[in-house]
Amino acid sequence: MKHIFDARRNHAETQQKIGYVPRKNATQADYDRIGFMSGLEVHQQLKTKEKLFCHCPAGIFQKADDFDAELIRHMRPTLSELGEYDGTALMEFRTRKNIIYRIKNETACTYDVDDTPPFPLNREALSHAIDISLLSKLKVVGEVHITRKQYLDGSIPTGFQRTAIIGIEGEIQLKHKTVRLIQLSLEEDSCREVSDIGHVRIYRTDRLGMPLIETVTYPEFKNPDEVKEGADYIRFLNRSTGKVRSGIGSTRADVNVSCKGGTRVEIKGVAHNNWMPELTHNEAYRQWALLAIKDILNKSIKDPANWKMVAKEARAKDFKLENLGVPKSSTLKVYLVNLPHFHGILSHFTQPGKMFADDFSDRLKVIACIEKPNMVHSEMFEDVVGEKAWTKVQSLLGSKDGDAQLIFWGPEEDIKTALETIEERCRLAFTGVPNETRKSFEDGTTIFERVLPGADRMYPDTDSAPIPLEDADIDEAVKRLPKLVSERIGQLMEWNVPEDTHTYLLKNNLVPLLEKAQTELHIPARFTSGLLAHTLKHLQGQYPPLPDFSFDQVFGLLKFLVDRKMDIAIAKRMLFHLYQHPKMDFESILITLNFREVTKEEILEKVPFLVKKYKDIRTSHDDSAGLRWVMGNLNKLATGNISLKELSQKISLNT
Amino acid sequence: MSEDIFQGYKGRALAVLQKFNARVWAKVKVESSRGVFEGTILPRAENTDDKHLVLKIFTGYNIGVAIDGITDIVELGYKKAVYKIPEKEFPYSKDKPNVKLLGTGGTIASRLDYRTGAVIPAFSPGELYGAVPELADICNLTTEKLFAVFSENMGPEQYKKLAVAIGHEIEKGIDGIIIGHGTDTLHYTSAALTFMVQNSPVPIILVGSQRSSDRPSSDAALNLMHAATAAAHGDIAEVMVCMFGPTSDEYGFLHKGTRVRKMHSSYRSTFRTIGDTPIATVSRQGVVPIKHDYKRRRTDRNVTIMPYYEEKVTMIYYYTNMQPDVIDALVDAGYKGIIIIGTGLGHVNKPIYPAIERAIAKGVAIYMTVQTLWGYVHMFVYDTGRDLMAKGIIPAENMLPETAFIKLSWALGQTSDLARVKEIMLTPINSEITPREPYNGYLIYQGGVPEVEEFIRKFHK
Repeated sequence: MKHIFDARRNHAETQQKIGYVPRKNATQADYDRIGFMSGLEVHQQLKTKEKLFCHCPAGIFQKADDFDAELIRHMRPTLSELGEYDGTALMEFRTRKNIIYRIKNETACTYDVDDTPPFPLNREALSHAIDISLLSKLKVVGEVHITRKQYLDGSIPTGFQRTAIIGIEGEIQLKHKTVRLIQLSLEEDSCREVSDIGHVRIYRTDRLGMPLIETVTYPEFKNPDEVKEGADYIRFLNRSTGKVRSGIGSTRADVNVSCKGGTRVEIKGVAHNNWMPELTHNEAYRQWALLAIKDILNKSIKDPANWKMVAKEARAKDFKLENLGVPKSSTLKVYLVNLPHFHGILSHFTQPGKMFADDFSDRLKVIACIEKPNMVHSEMFEDVVGEKAWTKVQSLLGSKDGDAQLIFWGPEEDIKTALETIEERCRLAFTGVPNETRKSFEDGTTIFERVLPGADRMYPDTDSAPIPLEDADIDEAVKRLPKLVSERIGQLMEWNVPEDTHTYLLKNNLVPLLEKAQTELHIPARFTSGLLAHTLKHLQGQYPPLPDFSFDQVFGLLKFLVDRKMDIAIAKRMLFHLYQHPKMDFESILITLNFREVTKEEILEKVPFLVKKYKDIRTSHDDSAGLRWVMGNLNKLATGNISLKELSQKISLNT
Repeated sequence: MSEDIFQGYKGRALAVLQKFNARVWAKVKVESSRGVFEGTILPRAENTDDKHLVLKIFTGYNIGVAIDGITDIVELGYKKAVYKIPEKEFPYSKDKPNVKLLGTGGTIASRLDYRTGAVIPAFSPGELYGAVPELADICNLTTEKLFAVFSENMGPEQYKKLAVAIGHEIEKGIDGIIIGHGTDTLHYTSAALTFMVQNSPVPIILVGSQRSSDRPSSDAALNLMHAATAAAHGDIAEVMVCMFGPTSDEYGFLHKGTRVRKMHSSYRSTFRTIGDTPIATVSRQGVVPIKHDYKRRRTDRNVTIMPYYEEKVTMIYYYTNMQPDVIDALVDAGYKGIIIIGTGLGHVNKPIYPAIERAIAKGVAIYMTVQTLWGYVHMFVYDTGRDLMAKGIIPAENMLPETAFIKLSWALGQTSDLARVKEIMLTPINSEITPREPYNGYLIYQGGVPEVEEFIRKFHK
């Protein structure tokens, strides 16, 4: 048997065979063909003073190495209320992780580390969650039941997240369709991971316990762009209340994707809505590819139940593994594995630049805790083992034509789990797409994160009493609700506000500011939108934010100009200083700008002189160039005193 | 009550369920003023209101629907949840020690009780093996459920029953005994067993958990593994409490049954030895003694079981301006023994002197312990102390209040001769009074001190 095999070519051919189309070329017909389906779980931190179940401050964060104490826990699966073990729970148990929590006295108490039962639920958070539920047209429950949702990855020291449904069955209105919502829950946020190496995973507990809402949609998005539109809408809706946090990590979405014949796969913690189209596109095609792999294997393997891989221990030095990252003097065990009928499968296309075999490596890292690089295989783009060595491996394993081989290494105590993991992944290929959660990357690809948990991980929280929500409370909440996002978008259209500013305005909940400036100060929304979404956004991109700056100050600035009967065009120049010196008063900013108050007449008096001068020095006979030159000379003096539009109308070159 | 199809619902909620003939565990569609809700009707916990119906919706979450707004309920199906910890036969291996787990009602392994919304323990070896398979690597385990009571309901009857059961197991040749117990009164039981089961040839380990085993981060499994290790392989043949050392999942302590106390209402590392160091640490690797003068494991089967108890014994916690009528009332009610938990070195105020005189005259045994928990009663230091001793109050040295209470009950259960009682009280059986307090027997460091903070940062608390 010979090893000459062009993996790169196989990858390209299989990519073509499954009909992969890059996203920029993909049409709705492509998505319909593979049965693209996607839904969202959008997490949003609420703006509250304290955490959800204790009185620690919310929103104070620490650096990874800034801690007062550490403690260590292990997680063990328990039965759900309905008497089942959850799949993820069992996987996490297999990984035998030592979970270390880094605690800062200021931000974590004995509740956070599960040494004190919960205090009563934070009412401020509950009220925010009710508002957002109502805006999402959800039916608010009569009584809030706090449930424990198991998380055995250690991201919460109790091993479960306290979470409660506030509303079910609602909807959001997108441009071309209505998307139904399954539910909205109020829950405590998890720890932030510091590192996860081998059998040690480290978390910090500052974010832990902060109030968070999760909005879950039905899987009704039919193409990647709709997914983003839905995610944007939910984000805008949340922001429109002014009761949620903004900033890095305050909004994270899990994106569920499947294709026809595939299964729900959850892409976890996508922090940027911009990433969603590429991620969901690739995920749908990844599933499509796995289904193709399933068909190939089911054709070649007659009796899948009796399929067996063969594994043998080998000596590291026989394979020059030190070239692959295995330390020369290492105590790691090296194993050779034969995978019958997997020839051509290992290098089968799954995602752009990724192949089926990558999944083994990812799972070895996550489940068996063997750090990468942890394996090589017979269908790598760049073969580092060499044909001679592969021939030896094949003869040692008794490989046949049509088989594939891999070599992996790891600490002795992890070998058993590693072998189980490899075999399990192979068997999952016979049935198609494994239920799993995946971690996302900016390039639009994903890697295995963990087995997808189900409803079996829910358990009533016996430490908390149910909280009734009276009709009177709901009626009160209805009264304080802001306008719907869809109505806000309608207003922007009506005011002729350019579409490229919509995202910024909605994301920062600025439509009310536009409206106020228009009704109270008679400043066109179009002007204010440019001031915010262009001028201010540009400043935000260039200078770090200062805590004293708020959007309300922009309104204050506009009001100042209107009160002083100045021309508002100067707001752009003033904003430059206001943003960097939020405490500076407006008069001082004017002084900084060398602003001089002059009457319109005084300015207009200078026009004839400038026109004459232009005529003397001009090189062009184009009148518009002349107008620009005169305007340019008057700009500084005019700004704030006369609108440039008015000025240009009053300049006559025929003077 | 197995026919109760409206489990836990009462009043208006029950009436609505009956009206629409909707059973618990039925999958239903509920129409209400807030909209349509679909899900499975769950039992309602006792002590909750009659204004809500609990549904498990398809995502696995529970919600409550207000009863008053309900206009219709349609039953769509029915599926009762069967909650069972997977039961696997506990493997037996010849070369492993035999350990007996006696159950009293703790939460080593447990399941949900819908009636109270709390958890009820699971217990059989098969269930335990299903929940904590690592136990099979440590010992051959058999179990016996003696009774199922919450920790706060443990009392003389249970202490005596336990002592007798332990005696039987030792006679039958067991290598170690574990007692699963709720944590609230664990130290009362450990004191009682120290006095009632003397000269045991094998370890007797009391164990519980601070987080019920229905939680992934529960300390139950590790505590149980530690207890099994100490019972099966440890050399210390005493009555001990085995609970977490630090709050981290690292190691447990073995505390003498007479010197241990629950010191935090919810921490995992709540049990501390007072006035001394713990006897040993225990991890899954084995027992590592801290003290070396312990009673060693023996191969003989000799044990003395002394199941005596006088129930007319009480404790009073002295407070400022305590009036004599409190003590008078106890004496009139027929109490034969009183443990006073006094201030400082063991003091009470003058107004109650007459009541003490009266009690002593009536033959009530009165012993003094301290509210400070750490340290000895020293009644010679101040006049007050000397006065009290003159009136017949006996200082109980550095016996912990709860231990003194149990011991006095046990002593009065054997004899009403107060001189004999005094002899029993002041002759330590297992360190309930120690001749000296080592310098590291009192260590309560305060947070904020740089050196302490440095220590806490370095080692798991």
